[in-house]
Amino acid sequence: MTIKGKAYIMGAYEHPTRLAKDKSVAQLHAECALGALADAGLSKEDVDGYFCAGDAPGLGPLAMADYMNLKLRHLDSTDMGGCSYIAHVAHAAQAIAMGKCRVALITLAGRPRSEGHSGAVPRMRGADAPDTQWEFPLGVATINAYAMCAARHMYQYGTTSEQLAWVKVAASHHAQHNPHAMLRDVVTVEDVVKSPLIATPLHRLDCCVVSDGGGALVVVAPEIAKSLKRPRVKVLGAGESMKGQMGGEVDLTYSAGVRSGPAAFAEAGVKPADIKYASIYDSFTITVVIQIEDLGFCEKGQGGRFVADGNLISGVGKLPFNTDGGGLCNNHPANRGGITKVIEAVRQLRGEAHPAVQVKNCDLALAHGTGGLLGSRHGAATLIMERE
Amino acid sequence: MADRKIPAPGVNPETEPFWTAAREGRFLVKGCASCGKNHWYPRAICPFCFSDRTEWRPASGRGVIYSLSVMKRAPEPYVMAYVTLEEGPTMMTNIVDCDFDALKIGQKVKLVFKPTEGDGPPFPMFTPA
Repeated sequence: MTIKGKAYIMGAYEHPTRLAKDKSVAQLHAECALGALADAGLSKEDVDGYFCAGDAPGLGPLAMADYMNLKLRHLDSTDMGGCSYIAHVAHAAQAIAMGKCRVALITLAGRPRSEGHSGAVPRMRGADAPDTQWEFPLGVATINAYAMCAARHMYQYGTTSEQLAWVKVAASHHAQHNPHAMLRDVVTVEDVVKSPLIATPLHRLDCCVVSDGGGALVVVAPEIAKSLKRPRVKVLGAGESMKGQMGGEVDLTYSAGVRSGPAAFAEAGVKPADIKYASIYDSFTITVVIQIEDLGFCEKGQGGRFVADGNLISGVGKLPFNTDGGGLCNNHPANRGGITKVIEAVRQLRGEAHPAVQVKNCDLALAHGTGGLLGSRHGAATLIMERE
Repeated sequence: MADRKIPAPGVNPETEPFWTAAREGRFLVKGCASCGKNHWYPRAICPFCFSDRTEWRPASGRGVIYSLSVMKRAPEPYVMAYVTLEEGPTMMTNIVDCDFDALKIGQKVKLVFKPTEGDGPPFPMFTPA
């Protein structure tokens, strides 16, 4: 059994807002759904499967499905943090392959910027979670959990702040062409390493933005894809996993991508070297370095060297990444960057990225994400897509 | 510098013996009578062999820093860290009562219990040995 070729991403929409003080979260979800369905050339009445995660208000998918008045025969609210929506594409393909639905809608939306969220403030992730009593009192916030991974990676592999900075530099080179990006100024390595330290060794410019907004995807059965006018983006393979503290055998230098990546490549029947464009979740610069290693784009420990000197810049380096500017510069709606990773990969495969960052002959792309906290427990999801 | 306020941990029946011992100044880890291994955070079911024959064991409170991050962007800076205990497991903690910027991965540390808010039990943290 495989999902290879069993489903197509035919609708993709990124909400243009980055500050939505005048909108509700449910409204943002629905606006994204409307945008993705219009992009695909489908209507709400065609949707028979709905996927959302913890950013959706209410109990699982119920409130949003009712708000949009969907008539469903398949529902899935898998939540593994910010990478959930990458996994949702795979789950939608599975459901379609099994005949459980034919038109799957995936939505994400949130307004953390309007609500004043910050990745520097400890966030309670469930008072009854078994880890909470051992960790929440310590002040574990998003950034210092990732910062401990960076510190260990530097200690173990000699990775430098300057190498991490190259990830942000590349993102900023791409974001200058995106009129919706929150941060459009091109920055230098020096700009990054001289920006204020937030949680050592990470600086302000090592961190993604906090933005309102959202996105949606429409995944459909092959016969429906062939009836639509949009370029067809075929799902080739996917993998998902998670990694925690392993009972105290903590290792902060790798992610669950060591499992989700190889599974996706095996199902797709391709190798990392075949990938023309990669969307890599960039909550922080270190996230990209660790994931690139785990996906097999370079050897473990070599990620810092790999990303340096513009190697992630489209038209310049070997692995063009996050050509929308990514979470570091463009958008990180609901503090969850998974869906925008798929959306930009779809743009690249359709040839609809900005001409300044469009990868030539982009026929094979990857979207990969991490959800939760890389430094404590996190999910990982990898998706490989092909232009047909 | 004023001590940062530490929220009280949400004690539950599974973990109550740890926090009771902490109030008496004793630091415990959970170990498994079946496979022999110690683990962190403490659980009733061993995360290695899935045996329910876990037991509380006294721990030395000695360890080394596995990784750390000085949280600069906070009203009172603090240090998030993982410390690898002499007894085996690596635990998330804070490093306290020292020059934060001088801390290094691999450095030896020792346990210090820090008071938590309200009636909460003291929390296991570390300081340079």
